[in-house]
Amino acid sequence: MIIAEQKPIQEIKSMIAGYRKVLIVGCGTCVTVCMAGGEKEVGVLASALRMACKLDGKEIETEEVTIERQCEWEFIDQLKERIEEAESVLSMGCGVGVQAISERFSHIPVYPALNTMCLGLPEEQGIWTERCVACGDCILDKTGGICPIARCSKGLLNGPCGGSSDGKCEIDKEIDCGWQLIYDRLRELGRLEELSEIIPPKDWSSARDGGPRKTIRKDVRI
Amino acid sequence: MKSGSNLERLLEKGEFVITGECGPPKGADTEVVHKKAEFFRGNVDAVNVTDNQTSIVRMSSISTCAILRQLGLEPIMQMVTRDRNRIAIQSDIFGAYALGIRNILCLTGDHQSFGNHPQSKNVFDLDSIQLIQTVKLMRDEGCVLGGDKIQGIPKMFIGAAINPFATPFEFRVTRLAKKIKAGVDFVQTQSVFNLKRFEDFMNMARDKGLHEKVYILAGVTPLKSVGMARYMKEHVAGMDIPDEVIDRLKGVPKEKCKEEGINICVETIQRLREIDGISGIHLMAIEWEEMVPEIVKRAGLLPRPGV
Repeated sequence: MIIAEQKPIQEIKSMIAGYRKVLIVGCGTCVTVCMAGGEKEVGVLASALRMACKLDGKEIETEEVTIERQCEWEFIDQLKERIEEAESVLSMGCGVGVQAISERFSHIPVYPALNTMCLGLPEEQGIWTERCVACGDCILDKTGGICPIARCSKGLLNGPCGGSSDGKCEIDKEIDCGWQLIYDRLRELGRLEELSEIIPPKDWSSARDGGPRKTIRKDVRI
Repeated sequence: MKSGSNLERLLEKGEFVITGECGPPKGADTEVVHKKAEFFRGNVDAVNVTDNQTSIVRMSSISTCAILRQLGLEPIMQMVTRDRNRIAIQSDIFGAYALGIRNILCLTGDHQSFGNHPQSKNVFDLDSIQLIQTVKLMRDEGCVLGGDKIQGIPKMFIGAAINPFATPFEFRVTRLAKKIKAGVDFVQTQSVFNLKRFEDFMNMARDKGLHEKVYILAGVTPLKSVGMARYMKEHVAGMDIPDEVIDRLKGVPKEKCKEEGINICVETIQRLREIDGISGIHLMAIEWEEMVPEIVKRAGLLPRPGV
């Protein structure tokens, strides 16, 4: 899922400083699961913002709504009436959600309440870690199901580098060396000899480097 | 001859070579390079020039190499893949060769979080092994990665680094084999302090016959102080300094510490020379280049052979 976390309240407050009525929109999918922008977080942020503004001697009105997904028009369209009544929208969706609402309702300013972090999973309660960088050309078949681009700090295709130490990355002893994980997994699978093969330079044109990406599926086009 | 560099000639002749390492200045002051060059002259066969090591901005490796060459020294241009994509890398290799640089050391590079611009975006379009392949392709096939033919082929002598002290230990020999497979001509190792582990590594490498496929130069670094040793042990990734080395420095009066550091370095060189499959020494006197003449002399490595 998409992992996000809330921006500092001061930053959010300064974004909406010019408005008296703010519609806070939550999203019921990824950011609900990662506890950053679901219905509950919308409620908490609304009261925190009202309180923070009140301390500054300013009254604001907050409206709250959470839709199933901020990345699909059919759910976004449900916001129409609520948006008519607001001066600004504070989206608690990921970056896709913020942009989707802006695109659908171009006459109203939409602000991001979250920082979108990565594609990842909850490793433990309260800890989310990255797993995929959406490079557009999956190589997990070659690396024992562990992505070196997402999990090696340098995104190396032929690791581990000389900075791998006791299973940890050179940049931080709290970060697992992605290539040590790959090594351990391939050993477990009895496929260590595959690490003798050189993985050639990657074609990054399917990643963000090739420009904004667009997927067209003729079989599902109407 | 693949490149005809002096380093290649000496290794081909079977000479026990010695390479030094020159850190460029943090600015455009060429005097620093001129001064350091004199410590290397006549004492080493070639000089590595680091490429923004530990991700701290310095004079570029290419231009520092070009200056050293003007001064009559043989440079080994270090190139990291951290800051350049495959377009810039290949372009810089053309430029370096045009400036007379004949040796390249292919590295991935330290992550930028170590340096003075941790906010920067990194590249890592290639890794060190892919960089070796690229330089070899340019040299031996006369084309760039994209397939186009090259006008004026850069015939580089290709080097790489190996760290026998990083983990997983068993993989380190495989990694050397991969670099050989990619086309490396010589490798320089991380500084050796743990001789036992290094010997284990070399045994494993010899078992696979790797010492006959590549020239291996063992890295050494003189320790200036107990503080430096501790810092390197704890903060430099993949550095293995056994406690007995630190205890030896601690065992002498403070004013004798530097001397003891040099003693350890000279003894290490002598022991490394005894190891089968070692073709030379890579002496990294980090910001202590003035000690190079003394270390080389005391290690019995003077005079240096001519080409």
